[in-house]
Amino acid sequence: MSLLEIKDLHARVDGNEILKGVNLALDSGEVHSIMGPNGSGKSTLAQVLARRETYEITAGQVLFAGKDLLALKPEEAACEGLFLAFQYPVEIPGISNAYFLRSAVNAIRKYRGEDEVDAIDFLPKLRERLKLLDMDEKLLNRSVNEAFSGGEKKRNEILQMAVLEPRLAILDETDSGLDIDALKVVAQGVNAMRSPDRAILVVTHYQRLLDYIVPDYVHVLVDGRIVRSGGPELALQLEEQGYAALESAAASSGSAA
Amino acid sequence: MRAQVATATQPLAHYAESFRGLQGSATTAPWFLRKLRQDGFVRFSDRGFPTLRDEDWRFTNVAAIAQTPFRLVPNGGRLPAPSDLAAYRIAEAAGEWVFIDGRFAPSLGSVRDLPKGVEVGSLANEIENNPGAIEPHLGRYLNIERDPFSALNTAFIDDGAYIHIPRGTVLRSPIHLLFISTAHNAPSVHHPRNLIVVGETSQATIIEQYVSLGRGEKVLCNTATELSVGDHSVVSHYMIEREEEGAFNISTLRIQQGRTADVASHSLLAGGALVRNNVHPVLAGEGGECLINGLFLGRHRQHLDNYMLVEHASPHCASRQFYNGILDGHAHGVFHGRIIVHKQAQKTDAKQTNRNLLLSDTAQIDTKPQLEIYADDVKCTHGATIGQIDEDALFYLRSRGIAEASARRLLLFAFASECLERMRAGPAQAYVENLIQQALGYVGEASRIQNHQESVP
Amino acid sequence: MSSNTDAIRELAQQDYKWGFVTPIDEDRAPKGLNEEIIRLISAKKSEPDFMLEWRLQAYRHWETLAKSDGEPKWANIHYPPIDYQAISYYSAPKKRPTLKSLDELDPEILRTYEKLGIPLAEQKLLAGVAVDAVFDSVSVATTFQEKLAEAGVIFCSFSEAIQTHPDLVRKYLGSVVPYTDNFFATLNSAVFSDGSFVYVPKGVRCPLELSTYFRINAAETGQFERTLIIADQGAYVSYLEGCTAPIRDQNQLHAAVVELIALDDAQIKYSTVQNWYPGDKNGKGGIYNFVTKRGACRGRNSKISWTQVETGSAITWKYPSCILQGEHSVGEFYSVALTNHYQQADTGTKMLHIGRNTRSTIVSKGISAGHGQNTYRGQVAIMKGATGARNYTQCDSLLIGDQCGAHTFPYIEVKNSTARMEHEASTSKIGEDQLFYLRQRGLKAEDAVSMIVNGFCKRVFRELPMEFAVEAQKLLSVSLEGSVG
Repeated sequence: MSLLEIKDLHARVDGNEILKGVNLALDSGEVHSIMGPNGSGKSTLAQVLARRETYEITAGQVLFAGKDLLALKPEEAACEGLFLAFQYPVEIPGISNAYFLRSAVNAIRKYRGEDEVDAIDFLPKLRERLKLLDMDEKLLNRSVNEAFSGGEKKRNEILQMAVLEPRLAILDETDSGLDIDALKVVAQGVNAMRSPDRAILVVTHYQRLLDYIVPDYVHVLVDGRIVRSGGPELALQLEEQGYAALESAAASSGSAA
Repeated sequence: MRAQVATATQPLAHYAESFRGLQGSATTAPWFLRKLRQDGFVRFSDRGFPTLRDEDWRFTNVAAIAQTPFRLVPNGGRLPAPSDLAAYRIAEAAGEWVFIDGRFAPSLGSVRDLPKGVEVGSLANEIENNPGAIEPHLGRYLNIERDPFSALNTAFIDDGAYIHIPRGTVLRSPIHLLFISTAHNAPSVHHPRNLIVVGETSQATIIEQYVSLGRGEKVLCNTATELSVGDHSVVSHYMIEREEEGAFNISTLRIQQGRTADVASHSLLAGGALVRNNVHPVLAGEGGECLINGLFLGRHRQHLDNYMLVEHASPHCASRQFYNGILDGHAHGVFHGRIIVHKQAQKTDAKQTNRNLLLSDTAQIDTKPQLEIYADDVKCTHGATIGQIDEDALFYLRSRGIAEASARRLLLFAFASECLERMRAGPAQAYVENLIQQALGYVGEASRIQNHQESVP
Repeated sequence: MSSNTDAIRELAQQDYKWGFVTPIDEDRAPKGLNEEIIRLISAKKSEPDFMLEWRLQAYRHWETLAKSDGEPKWANIHYPPIDYQAISYYSAPKKRPTLKSLDELDPEILRTYEKLGIPLAEQKLLAGVAVDAVFDSVSVATTFQEKLAEAGVIFCSFSEAIQTHPDLVRKYLGSVVPYTDNFFATLNSAVFSDGSFVYVPKGVRCPLELSTYFRINAAETGQFERTLIIADQGAYVSYLEGCTAPIRDQNQLHAAVVELIALDDAQIKYSTVQNWYPGDKNGKGGIYNFVTKRGACRGRNSKISWTQVETGSAITWKYPSCILQGEHSVGEFYSVALTNHYQQADTGTKMLHIGRNTRSTIVSKGISAGHGQNTYRGQVAIMKGATGARNYTQCDSLLIGDQCGAHTFPYIEVKNSTARMEHEASTSKIGEDQLFYLRQRGLKAEDAVSMIVNGFCKRVFRELPMEFAVEAQKLLSVSLEGSVG
């Protein structure tokens, strides 16, 4: 059984249908990438999986580790081990990064019936993860994402992923706003999290990130449907040829449907 | 009143004459360029030079510019010797591209390290040889309606820098554009026009540096740069103004940012008599990020005006403005920070901070934050400080054995160097740091002497 | 409608948790205001002549104000006209116990405190907090007098101070807020019923945090508190003021005056948690809170610090201020103001820099929910002689929902060029995206809302004494209860 199984998923927001029948299956240990032009529904798919309620599910089914993902609240999905690295991480002024991370870890532990960890036990692990991402320890005492640069925010997302150790991590455009050096550091952090118990779904517009996080599978999402799947070479091909050909193909098949 | 109007309009005749000369002689200019110039000139003629009654110019009087009969610098003057430029080169740059009174002078520059496909050169050449690359960008971003100097620059588009960085290119070394105002025996004006086009997913640093060679009659450098940054690209731009203290410099940087593009504009204003630095980014694509970082150091009777206009036109964009000013003598500084958040630009995060140090009782700063918000889910912060050197800190340092002059310099440098922390580490940052050290040498000196004089009646 | 949005809406629709009425016998004056009433109040309290004279002067001045401009009109608040003749200006519980211990307190009052979550009986043992409980207009209980007396600290009801320390009262009363100050302060000067008096002598650090919990209980009874705190040279005192009030249909007027005086090297820390009845969901009822609070830093290196958490009242009109006269004196203002339903708050501070090297800090956090209207109004004035003065102002607004409003009016007046001024302001909205972010990390919706609000207020909570910080957080958490998980 796959870790994540998406069957004919349809979703809409404000009356516009964005996902028009997505099918996808991921197994533990795999890295998949979803690529596509702007507005194709990549971020919507990521947010629907994380159970954002602004999207209305009109059809389809999603199983996450055998459970009906679409019946879960966002915090329940998180506690089940689904992590979303946000495209636009949110600022929480006045709440330190360290406190926030510990609250999240404890919320998840509580859900699983485990004991909460205190600040003293938590810190060593946090420090170790910081090193992995080449992040300054000072970031722990700063308010969550407040006055962080775009690059720092993205790194902070990966830090959270490294601390929360999800079964499925979805990275939504984690490469935006990063210069080449920061991109390498983030990729290195993600690669360190690759494991047989974990699946990673990388959502991106550009192939560049996939030079550093090499996926097992690449899927192309156009106009709310996956129109092609293949290996890493598909990403390279898209980089050279662009999305235009696939978009026009999708448009003609869409009108035929 | 009537007489005043007459004297104010009189010098415009010079511009009209120059304009006819340019449009008439340059018969090879393509139609789109002639049209741009024409529109620019019409707009400028309608509007004239701004006055203090104009809200955007409330603190800066350009009468000295309006009343001077500036003439375009004639073609084919004598070039300076390469050795004259030695002091201005940046060793670690990808190369120097030198412009004398706004015209590209390839013989004075050098190219050291430029990745394949990157073009750096003369706008005039590109217009002549490859107009198709220019037309979609030139004049498309700069707002000639709002700013008469931009209109004036557009009327006189002739030469300047053209840079094209293709998709997916990472430039490790900065591109250094060196603009030199030379001395003439009559008041002279030049209007460098630069166009920088960066494709998607690229990375680059560009330095514009403005300097003077020799001393003569008044010089006005009215420069404008259009910088178009493609989706997902990371660009740093530096504006360094260090012309001689009699020079007039008006500069405008208009930035057009694509989706998730990350642009930093750094300005260092240290030279010039009357300087106006306009920075106008438009965050046109979702998720863009923009940093506007500046330092202005004024002394004697310098007038340094920083006009920032940040336009948020798309959701989820962040902008940061940090401007520090140090003013001594009778210097007058202006910080005009305006943030416009358009209706569709939800989740905007805009921050603006202007900090100023006044080293004398006669130095002056006018700081004016302005927020115009039409979206309802945004975060905007602005802050301004005006202060003096911290006497407690000064005393503390002296009590630890540091001589007053050094202590003062140390504190000034600490204040000035805040802008360095916001630059990516590299040759451009190192160069600016060095310039700040030099400039503070003068400023600190002036304030010390002045304080000394004040204490001896 | 998503549950995130529901959580926000529910937060905006919290009911007042503390509403109840204590039935108790009263001794009250007839409604209306005239010279006879003033004389009656003064006589009831057996006041010396100077007090009666002062009250009468204030009353005559108020009459002229009432005839001309009336109440101040500049604030961003709206309410129907107040009929000052329909108010009773004096009421006191008929049983007036003279207490040696808390056991002697009316059991009804004790129960009231218990409902409020203020176990007065335990405070003496546990909290180390002396309580001067003002029940309606008359003080009925004071504790820890012995311990304070040992240190030489005078902490008593205002009426008592008039009897026992008339010289101190005469010297300082009205010296910071003169009876001519403003309409409501003038009214208070004429009719004030009671309040607290504190004098900390030279060099004494007050060993306890002084605390008053007071409540408005009787319907249609104006409440006119008067507080006077004097910290002599080198003295230190921390004073806590907190209150909750029962639900009543009629709007009730509250016009208190607080005067603080700090001499050389003295420090006064004044903290308030205000949770009076804000009116119901439709804006009916609730307290009108028109307060004049001002401190004078008279001495060198003196310091006055105001911290307030304002969650109650239908209308709040309040500007705790500092007059910084002494060189190197320091004024601080930390405020959280929450408006919900149809509440209106126009609050802020005034920092008047007169002495050299005076410093002030202003941190204001406004939270608006429901149809709440929250206005920050702050003035920083640097006078000609205030060389080297500094001010830092931070002013943030948080909006919950889209029916509420936040307004900021900073006034800055600088007459000395050496001033250093710093001002920061922001407006943000608790949004669906913030909640979603926290929930995606595993937090429940109500914990997420509470985390965001507490983070927003942190800078102010940090300034509150420990017990009060806990209470303030509790107050916000209570109003967050019931958010959808």
